[in-house]
Amino acid sequence: MRSQKFLYSLLTPHFSLLTPAHNMNPVKSLKARKHELGESAFQLEVLNDRLTLGKHLPSFREKLEPIGLFPLKPTEIDIFQVNMGKMCNQVCKHCHVDAGPDRKEIMTQETMQLCLDVLQKHKFKTIDLTGGAPEMNPHFRWFIEQIRAIDNDINIIVRCNLTIILANKKYHDLPEFFKQHRLEVASSLPFYTATRTDSQRGNGVFEDSIKALQMLNAVGYGQEGSGLTLNLVYNPAGAFLPSGQAGMEKEFKRALKAKYGIEFNHLFCITNIPISRFLDYLLVSGNYSEYMEKLVNSFNPTAAANVMCRTTLSIGWDGYLYDCDFNQMLDLKVAGKAKHLRDFDMEALTQRSIIINQHCYGCTAGAGSSCGGEVAK
Amino acid sequence: MSTYYNSEDLKKFGSIGAFGAKDLANDFFKYYGDVFAEGALTSREKSLIALAVAHVLKCPYCIDAYTTDTLEKGCSEDEMMEAVHVGAVMAAGITLVHSTQMINKAKELTM
Repeated sequence: MRSQKFLYSLLTPHFSLLTPAHNMNPVKSLKARKHELGESAFQLEVLNDRLTLGKHLPSFREKLEPIGLFPLKPTEIDIFQVNMGKMCNQVCKHCHVDAGPDRKEIMTQETMQLCLDVLQKHKFKTIDLTGGAPEMNPHFRWFIEQIRAIDNDINIIVRCNLTIILANKKYHDLPEFFKQHRLEVASSLPFYTATRTDSQRGNGVFEDSIKALQMLNAVGYGQEGSGLTLNLVYNPAGAFLPSGQAGMEKEFKRALKAKYGIEFNHLFCITNIPISRFLDYLLVSGNYSEYMEKLVNSFNPTAAANVMCRTTLSIGWDGYLYDCDFNQMLDLKVAGKAKHLRDFDMEALTQRSIIINQHCYGCTAGAGSSCGGEVAK
Repeated sequence: MSTYYNSEDLKKFGSIGAFGAKDLANDFFKYYGDVFAEGALTSREKSLIALAVAHVLKCPYCIDAYTTDTLEKGCSEDEMMEAVHVGAVMAAGITLVHSTQMINKAKELTM
């Protein structure tokens, strides 16, 4: 009997042949491999293709309509999330940014200045810096200093992949720099064991992540009374959903403290969104249909009401505006005329409708998912 | 191909009440939900117990369900495998402890 995987490759011969075995960590981005899933339009096509799914699933819009959430509108925009570029020292198997060392798209100083102009005019509670590895942008430190000069109280989050701190001598002092500017550090650690971390993020990543966490602890991060926040981000290393953030946090704290003496503040559980490299993984491993069905069946109206796109604005490396980092990767720019920082119009952005598609089910499953973890408490 | 076990059937479990005896099904699922909720034991610990039971009673549906559930709850490979070993060693022990009955009977019958 022929395997399901083989039948799948017959149905959609354009994916599987180009992709390495799914148990290997990729060395290059989908884009560098000229993989069709490196194109955002193609990902949207796949997400809406019934043949690939093999069954009928309701559209995300059909789920929002009966609970009065369509069209989806912002509540209060208080998070300014900046993607500083796709360049990264890691090539994680699930990366929705398709980031890696071969990606050269990073934010210029001119575009950073446009961000600063917005921050000067409008008040946000949080500025959330992501990537890629944001620290690899040569103007990263300058940008932080400028933000602090404008707003001494704004909460600045840096999404630090940890290994960057050890990647090169010039990054070794990052913990000190973070501390100096009172940054909140949010770092991915998919598990407290090496096997499950390395299977997602690459060989040796766990060991370096542990060393980096110890360096952050050493300058005060995650230590009681220091005021320096270190949060960890958990996302499943495979085709399953996260469950029970509070219980998982306890387990992470116990294991990391006992084995490595590491302390941190909170654990955020994030669901893997079915786009880009994670979508590729789902398709090649034969888990796509089941995963989508599970997301749809786990739709939680409370989580839907609290999705992060209602409070967040996402800025691309080239200054374009998006509803979230996922829409950014799918090249779904915000609705309305002003789609770029240079035409920033807060009034129009507050009134706009948020663009939705089938990948949005990822944020509304179970207890919900956002860059800050669960949303339905 | 006809088979007694079909992984798709697991999804139908929750709707067995639609076929008949709805109240009994409702009672069972209420009980099920209550048992697995956080209590004196965490739902994570309960899930590991369920994984062991699934193996001892050799239920393919339950093995699928509780492998997924333990992964979702952040259990490690070692924790999952150790849970199965607990089930396995209990099954072996249960067999072996019955040998005391054999020994008693043998002593009774032999000179």
